[in-house]
Amino acid sequence: MIVDTQNFMKFSDEFEARFTEMLTHYPTRRSALVPTLLYAQDEVGALTDEVIAELAQRLDLTELEVRNVISYYSMLTTKPRGKYNVQVCTNIACMLRGGEELLDHCKKKLGIGHKGTTEDGLFSLEEVECIGACSWAPAAQVNYDFHENLTNAKMDELLDEYKKKGTQ
Amino acid sequence: MPDVTLTVDGKKITAPAGSLLIEACKSVGIEVPSFCYYPGLSLQGACRMCVVKIEKMPKLQTACTTTVTEGMIVATDSDEVRQARKAMVELLLGNHPLDCPVCDAGGECELQDMAFSYGAPESKYTEAKNHREEQQWSPVVYFDRPRCILCYRCVRVCGEGMDVWALGVQNRGVSSIIAPNQNDHLDCEECGMCIDICPVGALTSGAYRYKTRPWEMNHVGTICTHCGDGCKTTLGVRCCDAGAEIVRGDNRDKSGINNDFLCIKGRYAFDFAHHKDRLTEPLIRKNGKLTPATWEEAFELIGKRFREVRDHDGGSAIGVVGSNRTTNEENYLLSKFARAVLKTNNVDHHRTADFPALAAALHGKPGKTASMRDALNAPAILLIGNDPTNQHPLLAWQIRTNVRLRRAKLYVINAAPIKLRRQASGSALVPAGAEAKAVAFLGGDDSLLDALVDSQVAGGLTREAWIALRERIRGEQNMVIAFGSELRGHDIERLVSFASTLTGAKLICLGDYANSRGASEMGLYPDLLPGYEPVARADRFQKEWGKLPRETGLSLPEMVEAAKAGKLKALYVVGSNPVGRLKVDPFVLSKSFVVVQDMFLTETATIADVVLPAANAYEKTGTYTNTCGDLQLVKKAGEISNTKPDFEMIVRIADAMGCDVSGLVPFGSGTHSDMGQTRGAQSGEADRHAVWLEAHNLEPKMTPFDPMAILDEIQRVVAGYDVSRVNLLAGNDQHLEIAESGASLIQQPELIDPANDDLFSSGTLGRYSKTLNSVFENKSAESEVAAD
Repeated sequence: MIVDTQNFMKFSDEFEARFTEMLTHYPTRRSALVPTLLYAQDEVGALTDEVIAELAQRLDLTELEVRNVISYYSMLTTKPRGKYNVQVCTNIACMLRGGEELLDHCKKKLGIGHKGTTEDGLFSLEEVECIGACSWAPAAQVNYDFHENLTNAKMDELLDEYKKKGTQ
Repeated sequence: MPDVTLTVDGKKITAPAGSLLIEACKSVGIEVPSFCYYPGLSLQGACRMCVVKIEKMPKLQTACTTTVTEGMIVATDSDEVRQARKAMVELLLGNHPLDCPVCDAGGECELQDMAFSYGAPESKYTEAKNHREEQQWSPVVYFDRPRCILCYRCVRVCGEGMDVWALGVQNRGVSSIIAPNQNDHLDCEECGMCIDICPVGALTSGAYRYKTRPWEMNHVGTICTHCGDGCKTTLGVRCCDAGAEIVRGDNRDKSGINNDFLCIKGRYAFDFAHHKDRLTEPLIRKNGKLTPATWEEAFELIGKRFREVRDHDGGSAIGVVGSNRTTNEENYLLSKFARAVLKTNNVDHHRTADFPALAAALHGKPGKTASMRDALNAPAILLIGNDPTNQHPLLAWQIRTNVRLRRAKLYVINAAPIKLRRQASGSALVPAGAEAKAVAFLGGDDSLLDALVDSQVAGGLTREAWIALRERIRGEQNMVIAFGSELRGHDIERLVSFASTLTGAKLICLGDYANSRGASEMGLYPDLLPGYEPVARADRFQKEWGKLPRETGLSLPEMVEAAKAGKLKALYVVGSNPVGRLKVDPFVLSKSFVVVQDMFLTETATIADVVLPAANAYEKTGTYTNTCGDLQLVKKAGEISNTKPDFEMIVRIADAMGCDVSGLVPFGSGTHSDMGQTRGAQSGEADRHAVWLEAHNLEPKMTPFDPMAILDEIQRVVAGYDVSRVNLLAGNDQHLEIAESGASLIQQPELIDPANDDLFSSGTLGRYSKTLNSVFENKSAESEVAAD
């Protein structure tokens, strides 16, 4: 028996438009998996079981295959993150310029560790490898925004700003 | 393709252009080690063990992904190469536990071999090993994560080979792991291919784990006793209190028609032999209750009663029901015993396919049946009816492999959307029961097209599509046509005449049990003698067997009717369960003297007057003919004391009836010496001595219980069975020409009752197999996975 083809979930029109367009980029359907996962994650917040089942069906893949890909990429997650995902780089250039201290500062300030999420669901923290901002080390990425030449003070300001934005 | 010439380790070799370097090396006996490379599966290039030095290439190259080119100069064993492999082994051992002394794979582990060949005695790694307790993924599959070396063979054989896609790789780099499809367990066909193909002990078998070591078993390559495909399974046997215990089934001996393949039944379902309900003493009904008795008592009683009935009421008052799981020798002997000693033609068995109709339709058309090997090599396959994935797993494997590796064209005509349609280049859903109409349409009868174009069937074809499909099928050459029991009688005749219009088409008739074909060919029919010879023309057999009854006997339903009318005084049931399987009313038989030979107290045995505990096919020697007509040797592996093979029981009953058994079994014609090959420590191991004896015409055949003695007669008397005995004894399969009976046969298609066993059921054997039952219970609601 083939799995019932009823839709498990609804995405936004914007997602559907992007998805339809994405399929035209590749000779095989499965190739559209990685960008589709990223869009779905941005929209839903995490790649939940429902999302996985839905995308597997759309792309003629097994759920296992979708999970294999998700587990390969560290920017894809199956568990919901905070509204702002703070990714602090501690790769070599950032490390030499105080990246690790910056991360420790964030841990203390937010009261969470690597891959943790604050209780109010506002912030997640992650230690990441090079994000390509070596010239402006130490650097951090919050969702899709880059913040460079950071110091503890600057980081505090930044987090406060996000907190204000997030609780408005 | 033209050959290219290259130099490997200073040796000039030639290999077909396009072949892989690792295979080219292997062909001349140079071993290049590898873990991830496996012939027939996609290339992975993951383990880096097969690195070799190729001149003019800057770095070491992997021999498993490099194709040979003209003038290539390769070194496979230089210091540089050895150093690289040593480093690879060190990396692999970085997280591998040192638990070889308790690991199932110890002694037959490829990593162990490599560590001996290349490994460093010390490792530079001081990091703690990343441990994780072993996990049970299904009743039969266990996974020990730290032992895994990430060769991905299991992932590929499950996906590409089995089309199941239940295993995957998660995470990345050093933290990569093999993962099952249901988070913490597997939902799959439970074939165990992943266990067999695992080069280390990461995937282990639930049936075998921690039981014994490979070198403590004898390994007997014999034929699986479940479905009709005839896979060779290697049984690991150990001494036990009851005789010899089978501890493992696997595919160590890859010489069979199944090559790498085994399904769950061949691999795990040998455990019925040691079920606690197994009968180990004869039972005689005394005061209405089945009571343990001695063999002598039982045989004496049966002999006396059979003789009385025969002499008093005539042979026609005796019925004989044979088995689909006994050997050819036993079936032939039973057929002979019934006719020559019991003087009856009331012989039948559980019919699961219409082999006689195929024999009749192929009269005068030699070379028209396909072997199981043909299904792997044919450029095209037409499958009508049946669901091989469930009922003929090897055929399904052959077809999938053929489509994958040789781009064979598969056409599927079926009433259900069977899984093999995923490999099909043309498939048609027909309304239930309309397979025969499809055959007539293929043969050119366009009037049936309307019946096939049923708009109610989702996935059905339009008129135009049907005609286009027929054109494509008609254009195929050397096609193998496999058909299930949906086609019977005249439908088979129609299919054969259609096949005769195609160039080189060959047929496979799909029957359900291990020796259904053999039961048919050995004449377990009321109207047919061995080789489909009609009883009315029994002259040839009369010369061999003595005076025979000439009138057609009773079929099984007719025997039941006769019993109802009080005319069937005795019924002799060998390895069959007509009450349980064919819905025969047990009360009908209450007035007849019923003798049952079986392993268990089946529904039929419970109403018997005498029950004899039988040995199963894993506990005796003989031959099986698979559903395609491939003859193979069955070798004795296990043993349960105080059970007897059906062969011996038939002979002993004949003896107890006062019959001269030397007329029944031509024994004692060989050299009188026991070479010790049939028992003891050497039993079953590649029987070199037997091969030698046969080659010198010195087979012992000392007793009337030696099935090889009757094999002589079968080979002499039964048309088609005259194949090389040396080949047979060496364990090779040989395709038989289906016997030419040439008679217009009695067509009784309604008597065919397909077993419809699936991957997890196997008639009576399945009911008593703990493994099959545990898997069955474990199955969640099945859902098919997406094709890749």
